[in-house]
Amino acid sequence: MDRSSPSRSRRLAPMVAVAAAAALTLAGCASAHGGKKAEEAAQNASAGKANTPRMTVALVTHQAPGDTFWDTVRKGAEAAAAKDNIKLVYSADPNAGNQANLVQNAIDQKVDGIAVTLAKPDAMKGVIGKAEQSGIPVVGLNSGLSDWKKLGMLEFFGQDESVAGEAFGDKLNTTGAKKIVCVVQEQGNVGLTQRCDGVQKTFKGTTETLYVNGTDMPSVRSTITAKLKQDSSIDTVVTLGAPFALTAVQSVGDAGSKAKVATFDLNKDLVKAVQNGSIEFAVDQQPYLQGYLAVDALWLYKYNGNYSGGGVQPVLTGPAFVDKSNVDKVAEFAAKGTR
Amino acid sequence: MSMAQQAEPALGRPPASGPKGSDGRTTRRPLALRLLARPEVGVFLGAAAVLVFFLIAAPAVRQGSSMATILYQSSTIGIMALPVALLMIGGEFDLSSGVAVISSALTASMLSYQLTLNVWSGVIVALAVSLAVGFFNGWLVVKTGLPSFLITLGTFLILQGVNLAVTKLVTGNVATDDISDMDGFAQARKIFASSFDVGGVQVKITIVWWLVFAALATWVLLRTKYGNWIFAVGGNKESARAVGVPVTFTKISLFMLVGLGAWFVGMHNLFSFNTVQSGEGVSNELIYIAAAVIGGCLLTGGAGSAIGSVFGAFMFGMVNQGIVYAGWNPDWFKAFLGVMLLGAVLINQWVQRTATRR
Repeated sequence: MDRSSPSRSRRLAPMVAVAAAAALTLAGCASAHGGKKAEEAAQNASAGKANTPRMTVALVTHQAPGDTFWDTVRKGAEAAAAKDNIKLVYSADPNAGNQANLVQNAIDQKVDGIAVTLAKPDAMKGVIGKAEQSGIPVVGLNSGLSDWKKLGMLEFFGQDESVAGEAFGDKLNTTGAKKIVCVVQEQGNVGLTQRCDGVQKTFKGTTETLYVNGTDMPSVRSTITAKLKQDSSIDTVVTLGAPFALTAVQSVGDAGSKAKVATFDLNKDLVKAVQNGSIEFAVDQQPYLQGYLAVDALWLYKYNGNYSGGGVQPVLTGPAFVDKSNVDKVAEFAAKGTR
Repeated sequence: MSMAQQAEPALGRPPASGPKGSDGRTTRRPLALRLLARPEVGVFLGAAAVLVFFLIAAPAVRQGSSMATILYQSSTIGIMALPVALLMIGGEFDLSSGVAVISSALTASMLSYQLTLNVWSGVIVALAVSLAVGFFNGWLVVKTGLPSFLITLGTFLILQGVNLAVTKLVTGNVATDDISDMDGFAQARKIFASSFDVGGVQVKITIVWWLVFAALATWVLLRTKYGNWIFAVGGNKESARAVGVPVTFTKISLFMLVGLGAWFVGMHNLFSFNTVQSGEGVSNELIYIAAAVIGGCLLTGGAGSAIGSVFGAFMFGMVNQGIVYAGWNPDWFKAFLGVMLLGAVLINQWVQRTATRR
């Protein structure tokens, strides 16, 4: 706040805000519970800092705006960048053509390395070839496990969605589930479909699929409720993202069903739900790790010529299970939004 | 236009403009045809057809609790479709209404959490913000004379970006923090997101609010001076102004009504789900507009009804949930939805045509 600023309006705005906040507090509007005050000021881990010359890395993902998962990937990438003295250029577009343009943009900027997700590998083929021709190392993360090597990429960090799905199915077998519904929040997304297929492969009971509109929570809630009522033999709801798992818990209540909820991916509210038992377990592909390793790998390659997996094997970041037995350990990191 | 002119005499209400309503022809038409000419009757029949279809095709729909679920989904669409319908009768569009819902929820959540205030403070500030967004839309449309399509497309993009950027800036994440343990939450949840028991069926309170708002909107539209103004500015702005209708006030207030609806649904989302993801809400604006149009609102303004949007929203909720209750192959979900909606709209249009041709 620049109090000596001659501009009246610039001085006025923060003052009005402070006055309004003070008025609200004085008027007895303060909450005695929860809120920012209750939130512990989390200390970020500081792992020293590289003294190598500054380099630039572009991270280009297929994130849709406002998705908690990708926010965690980005935080991991930023942590690695801060440690390695890297300038991180982050960009994202869920449309494959637009994402390819963003990679081209990074090539035009002559960055020192590119980390990219391959949700639609064919669309990215051309532009990744161009990056390699310009001598820019490219690493993959998150999606594209079956394609990164074909595209000549240096290394890959991620989870095999099918493997994660299969592990999920195995875990379900131990909980005694007989009939599950796999809730897909985005129709036509390859990775999400692979998860459900993987679950179906190893799960010994019956698997059904349900599509919901992921951008409209009341709709998600009522659609899952409808499914549970249509088929009362469903004993487990499997969701593919943390916010949908929390909503599914409400649907189970609405439908008067006894179904359990298990999910892929984590966030801090979900960790609480695992702690209080409303959600059975979550499988975590560790998005923070994906972002961190992808950026760190480009630094290692530039300054020491290293590459993980020897350029042949991918580096798997999941599936890691979070359930009652280990949730307390994860909770402290999840509160910071990094798990 | 023709729909409004045919419809008005049936209500015994003086026509908003011109002497056309008193030519004597409409009064001689049979009652059934006059009824059919009401803009909401077509959609009522369409919705009834869809309902009957699913009652037969999906046994699960016959339970009271299933109907409560369908009505819940319809209500969250319908509460927004009401002001959107009024705005469309008034001759304007609002593409920002889908993300405006989320903006409102984000504002309330972050303000309460970050300043550790009673959540009601956040709720009230969010109301002010929502009304301000509506005012901004309306004011800009009136002042510039540009199509509201363009103006609200602008606000849509601004809000989408602001939702994400501000949430990230303030909370450090792209979703808000859980406020369910804060003061005032339980109280607010009672109003915006509770449910009550009717004969063993859990009914969501949004359904009640939806019907109350629909009755209110219908009364305003058909029985008040303000209602006449809405039809007048949507029919012909210049002649409305010439006969003394406050065009600027009417249009701006209609946009602010949409803001009010966005606030209400936003509060429902917040108190129902405790946290809000900043990327939600996109593309819901089209569903609201679709519900209004299916409900008989003309895309060009000047005609339509509030109650029609209720059936429009119900039809959308019915088809959406009915497909799940029927247990059809979910890969075809969107295609089924589209086919059923088109079918219902065609019934609607056919009814309108048959009724108004003679």
